[in-house]
Amino acid sequence: MTVPFLDRVAAGEALCGDGAWGTQLMARGLEPGDCFEAINLERPAVLADIAARYVEAGAELITTNTFGASPLNLAGHGLDERTEEINRAAVAAVARAVAGRAFISGSVGPTGRILTPYGDTDPAEVRRGFVRQIGALAEAGADVICIETMMDLEEARLAVVAAKEAAAGVPVVATMTFNPTPRGFFTTMGNTVEQACAVLVDAGADLVGSNCGNGIKAMVELAASFAEHAPVPLVIQANAGLPEDREGVLHYPESPEFMAERIPSLLDLGVAVIGGCCGTGPDHIRAFRAAIDQRRVPAS
Amino acid sequence: MDHLNDISETLQRGDHLRVAELTRKAIDDGTAATEILDHGLLAGMDVVGRRFGAHEIFLPEVLLAARAMKAGMDLVKPLLVSGDSPSRGKVVLGTVKGDVHDIGKNLVGIMLEGAGFEVVDLGTGIDAHTFVDTAVAEGARLIGLSALLTTTMSNMREVVDLARSGEHDLKIIVGGAPLTQDFADAIGADGYSYDAAGAVELVKRLLEAA
Repeated sequence: MTVPFLDRVAAGEALCGDGAWGTQLMARGLEPGDCFEAINLERPAVLADIAARYVEAGAELITTNTFGASPLNLAGHGLDERTEEINRAAVAAVARAVAGRAFISGSVGPTGRILTPYGDTDPAEVRRGFVRQIGALAEAGADVICIETMMDLEEARLAVVAAKEAAAGVPVVATMTFNPTPRGFFTTMGNTVEQACAVLVDAGADLVGSNCGNGIKAMVELAASFAEHAPVPLVIQANAGLPEDREGVLHYPESPEFMAERIPSLLDLGVAVIGGCCGTGPDHIRAFRAAIDQRRVPAS
Repeated sequence: MDHLNDISETLQRGDHLRVAELTRKAIDDGTAATEILDHGLLAGMDVVGRRFGAHEIFLPEVLLAARAMKAGMDLVKPLLVSGDSPSRGKVVLGTVKGDVHDIGKNLVGIMLEGAGFEVVDLGTGIDAHTFVDTAVAEGARLIGLSALLTTTMSNMREVVDLARSGEHDLKIIVGGAPLTQDFADAIGADGYSYDAAGAVELVKRLLEAA
């Protein structure tokens, strides 16, 4: 990529992100409860396959399979000592597949721990874990650090701070997951969009927004709220709706067409990166990219 | 009753040290354990549950209140066992296979114990056979399943199917952030609750109607 990520965003261009990785990996035989990040070492070809499909569908940012690759997550599988190796392998697999055709977005998810005083995890330990993970992602060549699916604003802030420390100069995206309630959108820990914008931008996030937890309609509402409160460009990655059980098979109801029809609303709100989360695949991304491209063609 | 109100309000503020202190004092003053539980600890948790359901407070406040509830329960429980308060029934709880999230399940467990149920908490990552075998071995009449991940909630159906395949008369309830009543109905569960307080009401209704 010749023009750096932040320059393209600053120029007002909307970029197409990729779709889900978790559900794509499950479609390739991983089971819930497996360590999804272990395949970075064992079967990197699977990652290259998913990455290549997303690039071919039109994604301009490709996520690394490192959502649960902080040492705090990996410790649950006895793999915390291999944190650096696992994160580097994920970047390398994507780099091989995209061969410069897309930015590499280093995914950083929540640790799953509850910080003190509400839980028993020391925030300093969480920050140190993110420093190790993000340092490895940046060293291996991630173009962007993407902190995502955060439900606790303090944990998200620690991740942004860690990124600034461990990956100086690498742009940082920070997105959180919100639940719709009759009183508005809140994270599970009770954080609002306004609080998220203030804290994450203050910590140094270059882009903020939301991923996961909602289908495209609620995401358009969330984007409007972010547009009101965020002084930086926005990222929105919606689920293909909320999963339904159909005779034992999990089904995400929103089709590529259904979601793509609402992409212009996100573009109207100035969203800079539009991708998908759980349940979205290459077909969704192809439809998103087409919707984004329509705007790129100057009106004649 | 003022000292019980104190316990309730202190619990709502999430001050576990002070709740333990007040509970100890109430016991020493001769207040019946069931009074302390019903009108102090559970009354407080009830308010917390209602405010959580109304999205006025969120997980952090509930976690602190639950810790305070537990601090009080630890003092009251030994008195209940030797007293005149028989168990309302036994319940098996756990987070389904593939999922390690246990905050919601733990809250439900604390609330059920507070309401007088015996709770067998299997922990996290539990497969269908373990749920059903444990319920049968323990003589439990209800299994509560928890999942936080959209990718693991489908494992709940396995437990329902297995429980229905035998001669067992087992009720199954489900909960967790991505779940809905529709999902619970689709997999054939007996009930769903949005929060821990609702789960207690659900268990009462299902076991006491049986």
